[in-house]
Amino acid sequence: MVPDASNETLPETLLEIRDLTVTFASRFGKQTAIENIDMDVRRGEIVGLVGESGAGKSTIGAAINGLLPGTGRITGGTVTLSGERLDILSEASLHRLRGDRISMIFQDPQTSLNPLMRIGEQLIETIRQHRDCREEEARSLAIALLEDTGIADAATRMSAWPHQFSGGMRQRVVIALALCTEPELITADEPTTALDVSIQKQILALIRRLADERQVGIILITHDIGVIAEISDRVVVLRHGQVKERGITARVLGQPEDSYTRSLMAAVPRMDRKLERFRGIVEAVDTDAAATRRGPSARASSGAAGKPLWRVSGASATAASDWLLGESNERSAVHDPILSLRHVDVIFDASPGYLFGLGRRPGVRALDDVSFDVAAGSVLGLVGESGSGKSTLAKTITGLVTPTRGTLHFDGQVLPSGRARSRSHPSRRRIQMIFQDPFSSLNERHSVESILIEPLREYDQAGTRVERRRLAASVLELVGLPQRALLRYPHQFSGGQRQRIAVARALLARPELLVADEPTSALDVSVQAQILNLLKDLQSTFGLSMLFISHNLAVVRQMADRIVVLKQGQRVEYGASEAFFESPVSAYGRELLRETPSLALLDAPPRR
Amino acid sequence: MIALVARRLLQSLFVMAMVSLLAFTLFRFVGDPVAQMVGQETSLEDQARLRASLGLDDPVITQYANFVGNLLSGEFGYSYRTRQPIGEMILSRMPATFELGLASLAISLLLGIPAGIYTAIRRGGVVANLILVVTLIGVSVPTFVIGIFLIYVFGVELGWLPTFGRGDTVQIGWWKTSFLTLDGWRSLLLPALTLGVYQLTLTMRLVRSEMRHVLKTDYIRFARARGIDARALYLGHALKNTLVPVITIVGLQFGGVIAFSIVTEAVFQWPGLGLLFLDSIRYVDIPVMSVYLVLIALLFVIINLIVDVLYAVIDPRVRLGDA
Amino acid sequence: MSTLLERLRRLGTENEFLYLFLHSRLAMIAATVAVLGMGAAALAPLIAPFDPYDIGSVDILDSLVPPGWTDGGDARFLLGTDDQGRDLWSAILYGTRLSLVVGLSAIVFASVLGVTLGLLAGYLGGRLDAVIMRIADVQLALPAILTALLVDGIARGLLPRDTHDELMLVVLTVAIGLSLWVNFARTARASTFVERQKEYVQAAEVMGVHPLRILLVHILPNILGPLLVILTIDLAVAVLLEATLSFLGVGVPPNQPSLGTLIRTGTEYLFSGEWWIVLFPSLTLVVLIVAVNVLGDFLRDVFDPRLR
Repeated sequence: MVPDASNETLPETLLEIRDLTVTFASRFGKQTAIENIDMDVRRGEIVGLVGESGAGKSTIGAAINGLLPGTGRITGGTVTLSGERLDILSEASLHRLRGDRISMIFQDPQTSLNPLMRIGEQLIETIRQHRDCREEEARSLAIALLEDTGIADAATRMSAWPHQFSGGMRQRVVIALALCTEPELITADEPTTALDVSIQKQILALIRRLADERQVGIILITHDIGVIAEISDRVVVLRHGQVKERGITARVLGQPEDSYTRSLMAAVPRMDRKLERFRGIVEAVDTDAAATRRGPSARASSGAAGKPLWRVSGASATAASDWLLGESNERSAVHDPILSLRHVDVIFDASPGYLFGLGRRPGVRALDDVSFDVAAGSVLGLVGESGSGKSTLAKTITGLVTPTRGTLHFDGQVLPSGRARSRSHPSRRRIQMIFQDPFSSLNERHSVESILIEPLREYDQAGTRVERRRLAASVLELVGLPQRALLRYPHQFSGGQRQRIAVARALLARPELLVADEPTSALDVSVQAQILNLLKDLQSTFGLSMLFISHNLAVVRQMADRIVVLKQGQRVEYGASEAFFESPVSAYGRELLRETPSLALLDAPPRR
Repeated sequence: MIALVARRLLQSLFVMAMVSLLAFTLFRFVGDPVAQMVGQETSLEDQARLRASLGLDDPVITQYANFVGNLLSGEFGYSYRTRQPIGEMILSRMPATFELGLASLAISLLLGIPAGIYTAIRRGGVVANLILVVTLIGVSVPTFVIGIFLIYVFGVELGWLPTFGRGDTVQIGWWKTSFLTLDGWRSLLLPALTLGVYQLTLTMRLVRSEMRHVLKTDYIRFARARGIDARALYLGHALKNTLVPVITIVGLQFGGVIAFSIVTEAVFQWPGLGLLFLDSIRYVDIPVMSVYLVLIALLFVIINLIVDVLYAVIDPRVRLGDA
Repeated sequence: MSTLLERLRRLGTENEFLYLFLHSRLAMIAATVAVLGMGAAALAPLIAPFDPYDIGSVDILDSLVPPGWTDGGDARFLLGTDDQGRDLWSAILYGTRLSLVVGLSAIVFASVLGVTLGLLAGYLGGRLDAVIMRIADVQLALPAILTALLVDGIARGLLPRDTHDELMLVVLTVAIGLSLWVNFARTARASTFVERQKEYVQAAEVMGVHPLRILLVHILPNILGPLLVILTIDLAVAVLLEATLSFLGVGVPPNQPSLGTLIRTGTEYLFSGEWWIVLFPSLTLVVLIVAVNVLGDFLRDVFDPRLR
């Protein structure tokens, strides 16, 4: 590690983990969650634990606390806190330790607080659990803590209920709760993942300040590299339960040495400029995560061991390409812009009341006078935070929601909206959607084949069962999956693979406009890069028009030609994408760009 | 909150209206009221006069309105079987069923809730598993079998307890209570146990299931991570959250108690409303059937209303609405 | 035996449900008991030594004979005879058969009615949902046994005496079914609500798939889990209801005894010392219901996502 130029004495080591191994018993036999982990945390230091899903980050956090779920056991190595061994303590001693010396923060502030207890009660109870004091003393301590974590009007808010706070405020309360026992070490498991970008920045700043002021050691567990770059001092990169690289954050993220770390960094979408493709990502990273856990024999059957591959006769990626291109040749005659929205309003839940105005509701205005075009063959990025109306917009375009006002035009013709759009309207085929959650967008009870041939059936695109199967298999190969996947069921695939299936399903309708609603938000960074590459390739090869919706600015920058920014249902920015990123017109746009944790911070001088 | 209560009241009124319609239809169109009331020799003219005086020739709407009006003013008509005013019959038998229900509900809650909590917390211990087995059997054994079994063991073989009737009762006003005499308690014990066992197992299983769900939540994990000790965790945090859905079921159970009392009263010859209803079914005593129907529905509706209000009182999310 | 179990268990690693089932000794025992019981009942005409419904084969002089292994017992009548001289073992076999037939039919009726209404209410929402839920509310204001008794009573009142006896079984099935459909409807409705929010349903809607197809082909297969739980538990309830109604004397016709009727008869003779007429039918009933309930519990734990 780089020696400290200023020659300050390093703060003492608080937590030492050596050679830690944790295994779980499952119906597949014993599984190793994490293996031979070495890690240190010092006082006042923030150590980031970063990795994709299944890497084992949360397991490490739970192991330190003695809160391993289910059948998890520490089967090797040591965990030492200020010289005291934690892994050999009994449950009773561990329990005394919890809160007192180690505390933990979970991801979802919504479910972390007991909905039936007032905030003040939860704080006071925790304080009095750990120190002998009267209620008034505990109460003033609690109020001080709330103020310290940035909750205004703390004294009155003590008697509030959890559901009366917004997400960000709730997380502040959670942090206050974790602090009120004055622990030496805090484990924060994805503390900002459920929050909006701007709130996230504030919470991260809060965590940083608390670490500095109170000299608490913090383990920050996350999959978001931007968060790591923003506030952590050192970082540990995990993959499949093993440490791949560790060191000072700026160095690990800026000049990674390990190949996995390098490919991980290459997969992070950059905010500073648009790349044509994500390069240098490891293709094999998107393996069937479940199969990896299941063991070598299962891994082989996914086709990786060189066994003869199962194929449908006449099916290939080229066949799919030809079939799709055949359609797009006719498509060059499509109207430009392919999609037009004018003065679209969507108001939900307005009701005139049921008796003399009792129960009348003005309704929620999800979209307010929104207008824009999607140019044929191009990608329009739609950006907004939660509550901005992005999903409502997607649903309006695809006919799931009826606008209260406004018109839509598709391919030059009026597009009937909502219930007025008949099920056999041609736009049903020509506009297709890719959804956000790969774990709910495919019907678990249907085989991949039956999922894929549904568009073929609905739109009469292929006459016989044999033909449909051939097309389905071809498109599967086109999106990078083995043809054998036809026979399988969704639960046998990882998130990234499922999303590929969703893309294949959309393609099989031979659409002209793809509405992609947060298609990669639920995916790991490296998988996200692959799917985005896939979308880029398909879009350019087949001349698809795309409406790409995301809350992640960096991702949108990589995908979009033009951009629309929504804030609380209103259009705030509209224009060429690069122009927006170089210099946004609106104050909100500038704020968004500022708030997004970006890797540009890596170019700043190191913290110590 | 007011809106909530108002809405529920409207719903309740609707339900009662429907039930009264059902009861009326039953009353008027099943069987012939006149035929029930007269003997073989009554002349046709007399029958016609009877029919007119009962208002059976009036338009249906009028008859329905009269029916509802009568119900609301407490005029329940006369039983075909005993020729007595139904109102009196019900009043005289209500205390028996009510006290039986109360006793069994007490057994069910006082034993069921702690047992449910215990088995949710202590998973896999000998005592916990034993309780689980017992409750499984309790849910599966029909009430009447339990009753017969109890009668046989305690009434016949051991001879400790009486096996039918209420024993000595004390009359307070129009209410005959068993609670004030030893003999009353002795007679109440077996029927209450019979009825209570089934309720007990239901309660226990529900509490256990809810508590298990609660114990897996994030806020419990978080509380444990903060070092909150076991007692505060289980009895403070977890219990409060468990009881919320349990209240609904307990409320409904009271209704179940009324329903199953039919069987218990049959087995023990307990002179309550259930036995009354059963007899009315056997003899096709329509007026009694329809009045019983309306009464039970009313009881349920009131209980549901109370439960909903309780929910609002306990769960701040319901009371204050979302932020 | 143990190697067979091991081999079966290895089979189960692929399918999660099979795995959990084969590793739960309790569930396997319960399933075996239930299958044996149902099998025996179904085959009653073939395996019962006597036909208790055939008046010709029953001799009143054979009445109240104790079980075969006791003093005074007759080897012909393994479990003794009832007050009419019917062989108890045969009566139990036929009685179980009857109880199961009524119970299963009632459940089929209740589930078809309930699931259909629940699916429609959950998917379409709005007015239809409100109407169905109001009806369910009214039904819920009356406990199951009350509804069953009521339907029974109404039928009694509407049908003339002799047809009534013949149609009794149908009336019973309808009565029990009507008291249980609400459970199915509510479960189906709640599950449908949940599924409706899922993106695969939205994907189908976006594609323009016909709503009926969405309900039957997409949603229904995904809500079968909780429905199966209700089905099993309510089967136990249905059998219990039938037994109770028969015990009360308003169930199956008296010439076709079910377990409940036998228990009723037996109760009268219990205090004069003829214990077997009550005991054996009671045992059979309890064992059967316990088995079904255990299976129901097991299924509930398997399908409950919150407990995983």
